[in-house]
Amino acid sequence: MAAVVDLPELQGDGTAGDAPATPKDYRVWQTDSGGDNPFAKITDTVIRIVETPKPPRAWYIAIAISLSWVGLLVLSLSRLFWEGIGIWGNMNPVGWGWDIVNFVFWVGIGHAGTLISAILFLLRQNWRTAINRAAEAMTIFAVICALIFPATHIGRPWLPYWMLPIPNQMDMWPQFRSPLDWDVFAVSTYFTVSLTFWFMGLIPDLASIRDRADTNGRRIVYGILAMGWRGSARQWHRYERAYLILAALSTPLVLSVHSVVSFDFATSQLPGWHATIFPPYFVAGAIFSGFAMVVTLLIPARQFFGLKNIIEIRHLEQMNKIILATGTMVGYAYAMEFFIAWYGASHYEQFTFINRAFGPYAWAYWTMVSCNVIFPQLFWFRKVRTNLGAMMVICVLVNVGMWFERFVIIATSLARDFLPAAWGYFVPTIWDFSTFLGTFGVFFTLFLLFCRFLPMVATAEVKAIHPAAHGH
Amino acid sequence: MTDSSESVAVSKEPEQVHGLLAEYETPQKLIAAARRIKEAGYSRWDSFSPFPVHGIDPAMGIRPTILPWIVFAAGLSGGTGALFFQWWTSTQDYPWIVSGKPFWSIPANIPITFELTVLAAALTCFAGMLILNKLPLPSHPLDRIRRFARVTNDRFFVLIQASDPKFDARQTSELLAATGPRGAVETVMEDTQSSNVVPRGVTFGLLILVSAAAVPFSLAALARVSTNTKPKFHIVPDMDFQQKYKPQRKNAFFEDQRAMRLDVAGTVAVGELKDDDHFYRGKLNGTFAKTFPPQIEISEQTMARGQDRFGIYCTPCHGVDGAGQGMVHQRARSLMQGTWVQPSDLHMEALRYKSVGELFEGISKGVRNMPGYARQIDPADRWAIVLYLRALQRSQAASLADLPEAERKGLE
Repeated sequence: MAAVVDLPELQGDGTAGDAPATPKDYRVWQTDSGGDNPFAKITDTVIRIVETPKPPRAWYIAIAISLSWVGLLVLSLSRLFWEGIGIWGNMNPVGWGWDIVNFVFWVGIGHAGTLISAILFLLRQNWRTAINRAAEAMTIFAVICALIFPATHIGRPWLPYWMLPIPNQMDMWPQFRSPLDWDVFAVSTYFTVSLTFWFMGLIPDLASIRDRADTNGRRIVYGILAMGWRGSARQWHRYERAYLILAALSTPLVLSVHSVVSFDFATSQLPGWHATIFPPYFVAGAIFSGFAMVVTLLIPARQFFGLKNIIEIRHLEQMNKIILATGTMVGYAYAMEFFIAWYGASHYEQFTFINRAFGPYAWAYWTMVSCNVIFPQLFWFRKVRTNLGAMMVICVLVNVGMWFERFVIIATSLARDFLPAAWGYFVPTIWDFSTFLGTFGVFFTLFLLFCRFLPMVATAEVKAIHPAAHGH
Repeated sequence: MTDSSESVAVSKEPEQVHGLLAEYETPQKLIAAARRIKEAGYSRWDSFSPFPVHGIDPAMGIRPTILPWIVFAAGLSGGTGALFFQWWTSTQDYPWIVSGKPFWSIPANIPITFELTVLAAALTCFAGMLILNKLPLPSHPLDRIRRFARVTNDRFFVLIQASDPKFDARQTSELLAATGPRGAVETVMEDTQSSNVVPRGVTFGLLILVSAAAVPFSLAALARVSTNTKPKFHIVPDMDFQQKYKPQRKNAFFEDQRAMRLDVAGTVAVGELKDDDHFYRGKLNGTFAKTFPPQIEISEQTMARGQDRFGIYCTPCHGVDGAGQGMVHQRARSLMQGTWVQPSDLHMEALRYKSVGELFEGISKGVRNMPGYARQIDPADRWAIVLYLRALQRSQAASLADLPEAERKGLE
């Protein structure tokens, strides 16, 4: 090929336009929004958090506290592995104690992230773009916390791989028809798919950090993570299609996960557990608690990291409306349980529910009802829905109530079953408390690291729904 | 551009020019430019934006991706694979009765089938997106254009590649300039400076990683083809030390410190009375019985049962013919075990003239090295063995007179 191309305007050294000559000035140059360009402002607001040399003082205080809780978890699990699960309050007849309560609690919290990222995406709820990244991160961290419990509550914590279909010297396979094994598949699939979905959403924003980087370390680390994303339209086309498919796959997945968790109870013969209402009732409760946790995390996050213009009060208000709706559904389920016990005419079931509300665990039952059904009703008032302090208090109470819901279902049903001679009363030990607090440490530590080192808002999605992207 | 710049037009080898780049400030300008480039008939070109610009696909003429079909196929194979795997493990490889249910009952297999369908589809969706998009892509000629860094922030770009059949430096450049770009149309050069050679450190690091990853697999493969007399390695030997009392051990809890408790004085456990001396101990009035107890029917059937039990419990040492040359004995001889004592020849005089009661006691309590078999063989079967043993002894010490008249002729 001896053909010669005639180039009239050769400026191959890349200096055309206003780009700076050295990477040192990239960040300043990228921050210059050139008048009122809204896209640059969005990038800068979100990515600046990752680039600031020092996060706010509150971040340091928060991570110090949560890391000390992680230390408590390490201590508790070390003692657990040394002594066995006898250090917990689990006993006869309450063989499932806080370990399972906490597992269901954390898995439930995780559901909000997938609901926001998948179901609200399919329903074209554009307000979700402000919060979906943080909610998805919260999902992943909550599922990590949840997985700690089934992995450690088996008496021999070095054998959890027995739950997986791995060829072994015993030539045995897991029992695929057991709800407990469904749980293994449902929760691990959920974790993997959520992580994939989350990471895929991060790719364009990681590329933004890479292109603004003024240090080599940041350019290399985020450059590897961004995998060479350059925003080509042909790539965006496949990316968007993949995002849509993942959302469509995650929607039935998220509904299936808490349904499968509820099967752990519903397929047993125990009054108080053996109920067909459990799957939808559990899913509604999971969304309820997850949304409350998202609001609890986002109120301080937007405050301390200057995201008030992106995560607006109206977004939180939408969340509160969903909390009100799901809280009312959960209240309906509580009422329906009593109706079914009466209508079903099973003496054992009738006793279980009367015992639940008026027996030795009445204090737990009414804590649950007031936190889950009564307080969220305040969200009918617009003033409460848009008041940060009020929503913070109500959302924390919702999660207290949802923890008690799992405790009430598990402990009251087991403590007084068919044989009065075998009745008992569950009392937790100090190790139950320390393990549970420790998982909060893991959750907050991971979330704080996420706030510091990853883009907290999906900037590409926020830009795509901005009026300027549609020529208005 | 001024006239002077045109006069210094530079000639380049075609492969050194990657393409021409134009920058736009708004998505609307990008779409308008894309329409014009498409109308001009270009095929090897692309646009770049910080977010998916709506309307760019028809403007550029991007055809729908095949990704959904790939994901559909992956989901289908994930689901059928999961269903087949559950069927194979629970009905073929290791059939396992649970709660008296059938080996195969589809509704209970649906949750895992569903989860694996979603898992296979989702992972394929992500991997498929990356592969179709040719990601990860560590290096690109556009990386050398500094202002292109704003593509992930707020600017929009169009790149027409030099490899496009319609590409002509002057015409293409004019076309781009006419679409209203921000700043000048820029030439993107091929990256000729960077080397394709992987750094040594990375190669060696990968090599070490790969070989380290192969270690567990090679150990497992080795274990499958070799034999080892040592017990399996236990990481956590908690089952080897169990908190329980064994017979003949001390237990401080009881006054007499025996871990093994005796029956309470004056009581007999259910089924442990055994007051029939003849049947349970082979004795009549304190001496060994010379007859079988009345419970034992001397019949062909009992004889067959005795032969069967003899084959299971006695032949390993005494041999099928009872001459004391069983497999265990032969093995001990071949290993030249100095302390090995040959099992008794059951046809020796001393045994032939023992009473049936004495033989019964020998089986029950053991003789010299031979352990007692009372725990393994129930009394009726022990009597059946004695019956068979009697017949066996007779077979080796028979005289012509023992044969029926008709058979005698043939031997004489």
